[in-house]
This record gives sequence, structure tokens and C-alpha cells, in this order.
Amino acid sequence: MRLPSRATLLVSGLATSVVLSGCVGAKSAEDKSDPKANADAKDVTLVISANDVVGGKNAAEASWITEKVIPGFVKAQKDKGVTAKVTFNGSGVEDEQYKTKLELNLKTGSGSDVFAADGIWLGELASAGYVKPLKDVVGDKPASWDGWSQISKAVQQNLTFKDQLYGVPNGTDGRVLYFNKKLFAQAGLPESWQPTSWDEILQAGQALKKLKGVTPIQINAGVPMGEATTAQGFLPLLAGTGKPLYDDGSGSWQGDTQGVKDVLGFYQKLYGGGLGDPRMQQDKAGRDQSFAEFSQGKIGILAEGDYFWRSVICPSKADCATTSMPDRDKVVGWAKIPAQKPKGGVNGQDFVSVSGGSGWMLNPKTKYPQQAWELMEFMASKEMQTELSKAQIRISARGDVNNETLKNDPLLSFISSEVLPLTTYRPSDEKYNEVSLAIQQATADVVAGKSPDEAAKTYSTSLEKAVGAEHVAGS
Amino acid sequence: MAPSTSPAADLAPAPGGAPAPAPGPVATTPRARRDGDVVGLGRARAVAFVAPALVLVGVFLVFPAAWTLYLGLLDYSLTGSGAQAPVFVGLGNYTSALSDPAFAKSLYLTLLFVGGSAVLGQNVLGFSLAWYFRAAQRPVRATLSVLVLLAWILPGSVVAFLWQALLDRRNGTLNALIGTTDMAWALDHPMAVIIVFNIWRGTAFSMLLYTAALSTVPRSHLEVARMAGATRWQQLRDVVLPTVKRHILTNTLLITLWTFNDFSPYLLTGGGPNRESEVLPVYIYKEAIIGGHLGYGSAISLLLLLANLVIAVVYVRLLRTREPEAA
Repeated sequence: MRLPSRATLLVSGLATSVVLSGCVGAKSAEDKSDPKANADAKDVTLVISANDVVGGKNAAEASWITEKVIPGFVKAQKDKGVTAKVTFNGSGVEDEQYKTKLELNLKTGSGSDVFAADGIWLGELASAGYVKPLKDVVGDKPASWDGWSQISKAVQQNLTFKDQLYGVPNGTDGRVLYFNKKLFAQAGLPESWQPTSWDEILQAGQALKKLKGVTPIQINAGVPMGEATTAQGFLPLLAGTGKPLYDDGSGSWQGDTQGVKDVLGFYQKLYGGGLGDPRMQQDKAGRDQSFAEFSQGKIGILAEGDYFWRSVICPSKADCATTSMPDRDKVVGWAKIPAQKPKGGVNGQDFVSVSGGSGWMLNPKTKYPQQAWELMEFMASKEMQTELSKAQIRISARGDVNNETLKNDPLLSFISSEVLPLTTYRPSDEKYNEVSLAIQQATADVVAGKSPDEAAKTYSTSLEKAVGAEHVAGS
Repeated sequence: MAPSTSPAADLAPAPGGAPAPAPGPVATTPRARRDGDVVGLGRARAVAFVAPALVLVGVFLVFPAAWTLYLGLLDYSLTGSGAQAPVFVGLGNYTSALSDPAFAKSLYLTLLFVGGSAVLGQNVLGFSLAWYFRAAQRPVRATLSVLVLLAWILPGSVVAFLWQALLDRRNGTLNALIGTTDMAWALDHPMAVIIVFNIWRGTAFSMLLYTAALSTVPRSHLEVARMAGATRWQQLRDVVLPTVKRHILTNTLLITLWTFNDFSPYLLTGGGPNRESEVLPVYIYKEAIIGGHLGYGSAISLLLLLANLVIAVVYVRLLRTREPEAA
């Protein structure tokens, strides 16, 4: 017999593939979630996932979920005659990897029922149809939740996209400059340091440079640091030049502008002038290294969010493992991030910061929308949030919880009273992630030795590619 | 291969040199003789036999390739509105890839990586080891081959962790061994690191293949050469290499393709610093998964597939021209 020729095979293969493939994307737009699905089920299975893992990253929150939230929720359901089986699916990876995993899960229609997500991802997730407004998934119940009255509008905004709420905020944060008081004393710098301009940061760096084995300043840059580069480094600096990254009024992003070039110039002074360690910014595990070195007293000044304070250098060895600092409260100082020069920041401010906040979102494909919402409600209840702050104090989304807990922590009360009033938020635009990647690449170029002008030009080109030239403001 | 006495002389020679059916007592009916149905299965049963294989090939090879081709024509992305309703962009992804300096750089780095670690490194080292083992004492040979094999059979994640510990800037084994301080090997010499790593990791295969190949060199030929006064180098060049030429080509083809598609550099350097070691598979990963540009990633994947095909075709051609010599 004669076997089919290769050409026939190829053609039939292609034909099969085309039939199989159909077209991508359009499917998710059609399916409607049914809020009433399984509302009266007696056996409920739910999965929570977060970038937390017991004994590793964000260990305190992971234990809170497994030891408080799940048993509490299961008991509450049992009282109603419902057998709930709730499991926690934790991970302990870089945020970018967690995000990718989350997106792939949602894309394939799997994924946990309730998951933690950074508010800044919302634009992308919602535009892709991976998440849906609470009222579409759950119905009217979320709107009548009494917890909203305790959550400020600014914090709710973190989980709002196009005027629709997509989840329950878990808290908010703010960025400051941390410094090591011991090193400051050795360098002859004041213990209550508060720079009022970029130059004063550089001057402190020069003083710290004289100490042996110490990296004076580490401000996140480069691609491996991911969003930390943008949120902890570039954006606070850019806010300090007077204009935000994204102008709501004109709908345009800052491209090759003077502000961008100034920020990149500041990076050049840091990493080209021996004040920062450029190689740490290029290393794959650079952020973890910067954590480790700061905790060992080898870094003078580090720009980070309050996450760093509560989850990285906390005194408890059980929660913060190798980077814990038993003497944190004595050794570590903090200062607001100054504008380029006094009154030079956005809205003519002297000091600036960037805030965000994560929250719990609901998988639109959940089989038990009502029960999943009850779980979210339970997690955000005053009782549970108080438990969380016992495990690890943080700026909760709830005002009533903050009033009782923040006074116990000097940094967090500082952030909530001094930093949050002057902070800025990142644009919740679906293109933000791409813009952020272009920003990271621009800082990486400067760290690797390119000139700020050159890096700004490349950045502007990538930006135009991402958002369209008509949405880019030039110099 | 392909004996000219085959009864299936009217059957077009199978491409790629598939073995022709051997004449046997089964192939006796005139009809079978004419059709080349030497086993006497009949058309239906023959189709039933090959169907599973064809389905597998279709589902796991042809379909993904066609799917990639299709996705490469869209601005399909992982998130955002490009995930919901991708727009057809034709060859847009291809033109932007070909005009992207990062792509050109990545292609160059890939060629460097393949050339340095596979074509030269693994090939030469693997051959040298195999050549050395012929005369080496048993214990030496056993120890060395176990060590080389170990590098090959350990799981990738374990190996990556070991190498990170080896190269670490602060407390790395390498720095401790040679007394250097603050040498960030993976940052200062990223390409050298991934090339050396891949040689270390993959030499075992070449070594095994060449050990087998060298055992096919007839001892009598070598003895004749020795008696004629040939030096060791002349024996290698004039007796051994011509005999194992086809093995060398096959080996080079295989390791070239593997290395071309190898993702393990990512485990060591993450493509960094600042894209200095971003070989094509890493570039695709970063664009498609981290950057979320699935359409663009598919387009480059297809370019990578084409490059693979070109390499394969070149080697297959080379192999064919060698056929008469080897016979």
C-alpha cells in the first residue's frame, strides 16, 4: 500500500488544528456567572491562595489564614449546618511569578476561589475578563456589607476599576527611606535624619561611603527587582520632580521628559558614583540580597515600603527568618522621601510617597459565589483583621482596627499619620504593567552604565510601543 | 542502508532514509510485491497500525506548530484587553521582532551559546574523554565517567542551586577556592558562565556517543596504521575520524538542537545582567510570560522553530552526502 504523502499529512494536520483552534479570547466574554449557583449547598469546597507560605514568605499571614481564618470560617458555617472544606494554597515566590501563575490559572478557568492580588494588577485582570465586579459574581450582597463604612475611599480605590469594586482591600502601605542608625552614628550623621532634597540624600551617602564594607544607599532599580523598582524607586523619585507618571486629565504618560531624565540622572549619581552597589540591582536575587545586607548592617539607606519593616526585618525569628533584626526598634530609623528640592514635589509638596494595597479578589468561575463572598467578608471582619494585626501589625484596610492597633507600632503610625496624607497612587490602567517594565529597563540601562538621556530615549520608544505615541508626553 | 535488491523498487525512496522492507518469505503474493505490502497487512490494518502514531504527531507536533503560527498573527496577550479580544496584526509581530535590537542581540548570544558550549565545548570535550578512556585504566575511567554522568542525570533545579552556591558573590565556593573576593561571576561573565555550565552539564551525552562510536573503529586498521609508522595524531586524523564522521555529525545535530532550545541559562543568570545572557528561549519567556505578549512570543517561537529546521536540514544534507563514503 502507499502511505499518504507528507504533503497530505501536513494539510490534514493543519486542517485539524484550525478546526480545533477556532479563535482565542472571545469565549470568556460570553459566559455569565450565576450568583445564585449552589447558594444552598450543604457541602462547600473553597480554596484560598496567596503569595504566603507557612515558615517562609509572609509567614505571619499564612499562619493567620490556616490557623484563624479557616477554622473560624468552618465553624461559622457548621453552625449554619453547612460542611465547609477550605484549603489554603500558598506560595512563596517573587510577586511577578505569583502574578504570572495567577493569570495563567485564571486564563485556563481554574484557580482558587478567593485569591490575594495587588490592586495594581486589577486593570489588566479586569480588561482580560479574568475577574468580574463583585456585584456580577455575587449579586447584591457585597453592596450591603457593613464593613465598607470602615474602609476609606482611597483604600477602596485600590480594588476599584472603572467605578466597580472587584474585591475587598486588605490594607494599604507607604514608602519611606530606612536607615541604619548605628552606621549613621559612625558616619557622623544625625539619628533623627530627614533629608529635604535629593542632594541631601547624596550627601549622607558620601558620608556613609567612608565606612568600610558598607553600601551607602540602595534605591531599587533594574529589571530583576520588578515592580519594587517602579514603586519603591522610580515613582517616588518622579513624584518628587513635580509631575506624576500618568496625567489623568490629558490621558498621557511621561515619556522623554525633564522629570524622567532627572530621576535617571539621580540613579546615575547613585550607581555610577559608587554610592550604591550596581551589581545588586542586576542580580536575579538582588532584592533578597538587599534585605539580607540591610539586616546585617551593611546598607546605610534603603528605600522600601512598610512591608520591609513588618515582614522582612521584624524582630521575630519565626516570622522573618534569616533577615530578622532582634534590635530593629533601636537600630532602624526612617525618613520621608524628599522631593527633588523643597516644594518641588507633586502639588508643590516637600515630601512624597507611593502607596498601593492588595486585597482579596473573587474568581468569577467559583462554584460557590455566595459562600466565597462570606469567606471574604469573614476575612475582612474586625475580629479577623484584629487577629491578623496580632500576628503581624500592618496598616489594615479597616479604620476601626487601625485605631486600636497602629499605636503599638511607631513606623506604621508614622506612615498612617505622616505619609498617607501626602502619598500618590499608581494609575490603575491596563497598560501600567508594560509601562512599569519599560521603567525598569530604563533604570537597568543607567545602572549598567548608559547615560540618562540615552536611557530616557529608549524608554520613550518602548512607551510609545506600549501605549501609542499619542499618549506619550515628551519634553 | 537501502539495499538495492529490495523488491519494493517501485516504491519511491522514503525520505530521511527510512529502512526499506527486507525481502522475506511473507512478501510472496504478486499484489503485495507490487504494492510493497510485504507484511501482508492490507491497507486498513496498516492504517490502523500507524494511526495512533499519526494522531500523536498531529496532536502534539502539528497542532501546536499551527497554533503557534496562528497566535503569532495576533496581538494576543496574557492580560488586558488583548487577552479578551485579540486583534489580527498579520506579520506585525514578525516585523517588530526582526527590527528589535534586543531580538538581534538575543540571536547573536544564542549562536555564541550554541557554538561555544555545544558545537565546540561538548563535542571536543566529549570526544577527548572518549578517546582518553580507550587507553585509560579501569578505575580512572570508571570514576571519570561516573562524575561526568552525574552532571547529566541530576535534576536541573538541583544543579542550578548547586551552581548558584558555587558562583555566589559573597560566600560562593569558587571565590573561596581561588581566593577572590566579591567576584560576581554570573554578573561579570554571564556568557562564560552559561557556556561553561552547559559544557559541564551536557558533555556526558557526547562522551557516551563517542565511546560507542570509537569502539566501531576496527583495531586492525589502527594496527596497520601504527605499523606504517603513523603518529597518534595521524591515526586519529586518517583512521579514526573518517570512520566516526557520521557519528560526529549526528551528535552535533542533536546537541545543537538541544542547546538552541535550552532554557537552563535562565536558572543561572535570569538572562541578566541587563540582557547580557538573554538567549532566545529566555527572551521568549520574558516577552511572552513576564511581559504578557503571547502573540509576539509565538511569532518568535516560530522563528526559533524555523531556525531549528534549517539546522536540521543542513545536517541531514551533510549526512546524506557522506553516505557513499560510509557504505
